[in-house]
Amino acid sequence: MRGRSTSDRMLWALGTVVVVVYALVPVAWLVSLSLKPAEEITDGKFFPRDVTFDNYTGASGVFEDDQFRAAMINSIGIALIATLLAVTLATFAAYAIVRLDFPGKTIVLSGALAIAMFPPVSIIGPLFNMWRSFKLFDTWPGLIIPYMTFTLPLAIWTLSAFFREIPWDLDKAARVDGATPFQAFRRVIAPLAAPGIFTSAILVFIFAWNDFLFATALTSTDRARTVPAAIAFFTGSSQFDFPTGQIAAASVIVTIPIIVMVLIFQRRIVAGLTSGAVKG
Amino acid sequence: MTTTIPPQAAGQAPTRPRSGRAQSERKLGWMLCAPAVTVMLLVTAYPIGYAVWLSLQRYDLRFPDDRAFVGLDNYAAVVGNRLWWQDLTNTMIITVASVIVELILGFALAFVMHRAIFGRGPVRASILVPYGIITVVTAFAWRFAFDPTTGFINGLLGTEQSWFTESWSAYVVIIATEVWKTTPFMALLLLAGFTLVPDDLVKASRVDGAGTWQRLTKVIIPLMKPAILVALLFRTLDAVRIFDSVFVQTRGAQGTESLSILGYNTLITRLNLGLGSAVSVLVFVVVLIIAFLFVKGFGANLAQQRGER
Repeated sequence: MRGRSTSDRMLWALGTVVVVVYALVPVAWLVSLSLKPAEEITDGKFFPRDVTFDNYTGASGVFEDDQFRAAMINSIGIALIATLLAVTLATFAAYAIVRLDFPGKTIVLSGALAIAMFPPVSIIGPLFNMWRSFKLFDTWPGLIIPYMTFTLPLAIWTLSAFFREIPWDLDKAARVDGATPFQAFRRVIAPLAAPGIFTSAILVFIFAWNDFLFATALTSTDRARTVPAAIAFFTGSSQFDFPTGQIAAASVIVTIPIIVMVLIFQRRIVAGLTSGAVKG
Repeated sequence: MTTTIPPQAAGQAPTRPRSGRAQSERKLGWMLCAPAVTVMLLVTAYPIGYAVWLSLQRYDLRFPDDRAFVGLDNYAAVVGNRLWWQDLTNTMIITVASVIVELILGFALAFVMHRAIFGRGPVRASILVPYGIITVVTAFAWRFAFDPTTGFINGLLGTEQSWFTESWSAYVVIIATEVWKTTPFMALLLLAGFTLVPDDLVKASRVDGAGTWQRLTKVIIPLMKPAILVALLFRTLDAVRIFDSVFVQTRGAQGTESLSILGYNTLITRLNLGLGSAVSVLVFVVVLIIAFLFVKGFGANLAQQRGER
């Protein structure tokens, strides 16, 4: 890079610090709120004086709360299944779009784009009514289906962008060298395609893990209610105190997986989010 | 969107395949796309059609026997009601304010990421945290921070503001939440745009005597215009459907009710499927108008931007 003066370096270092603080302060605030004992919750301080895990493991802590435990299981199950389905269907479609010549593939791509911009609130009414008659209301499939649908466009676009970069000719070369079609696929193509598939899986998972609108509109009990809805409707054990500490603790727990994913896969996530965005 | 095959794919089939092969390729292509397309049509196109159908009826789940076809009465009721226009205005205030702030902050953020020599990893990882974190959780974090009893913001600012009981301050918190959560996404899209700007061109303009501001407004921004427009379009359409943070922070009180909250309340809380569907369809129309304005008015070219070359 070009020569930089010390003051220039200091400026960029400062910028970096500002960005990191910007991103992490609200998270740190939730962590410290969740570690405060009940009497400190309202003291208006950022950090707790005495650290306690009561909000997690105490008698009224979130780990002891049946609602929250059920919501965790629902969230993990629903998000994983929706991810698996969306990525599988999107892989077929993206492969066809990149590798095969057929009329209508641009319609698939632009239709998917239109759906990406679709306001979910426009279909919660019909889905609510349909799900009640199909017995899908307040069930896992009742949420998996909309999540899969609304993430398909993202998955198809991301995967198409990744698949375009794969040197598919290697497959032929491997077969000339004596590999069976299956071997060529497993040893050559699959490893090349895996990172893109994995990246779109992360993005799809984040969407499903995050959703609140469908989760509140299409569920009513612990049977299928996911974490965002459970947190929003969390009343706590006492009717009189708003359960600030427990909500903070629950929030921290569901944020941990996201932070772990972000730390491990940051490069992939960025590539996935910006894929295709610059190929003018 | 162009229909040309990407160059790599074209390279693999140098000779035009015989029609038999072309036909089987076509069939396979449709077969592979069919499951995804079917799902997308069944879960979006069909319900929106169903919503239109419901919106033409008087249909309240609390009085299911009173169901009747009423034509456009529901639309007249919604559009004739002050609440619709109020909520449309509220949504636009939140959208415009947050998108503008995000654009400026996102640009700065992208610039830091583009030029940072060290700490690029930590910067990238930390800005992905707001992107990945659950919106409901974000909304609670900011609500607790501003809440006069639990929060630290009043102590920090030395004020006694009760943020959620006044309209302007409730908006400030909602917009701040929205901005914090989605600026990283904006920044990443803009960062991709920065790579559209050739370094040599910026250097050349510096040699020609352009100052930092001139380089930014005369060279960098015009070259990034496509990326900026796409980022704006994506974020605007996303902000128009704002639901989670308003729901958690005010439930629409203090004049902060958004269109999505209105739709949710009418459909799910009051169980009025007819009227609620009219709201849903109108929200859909609003989104279509915004997308149309961006594409026709500003010439945002999504196809060119998002992958298909």
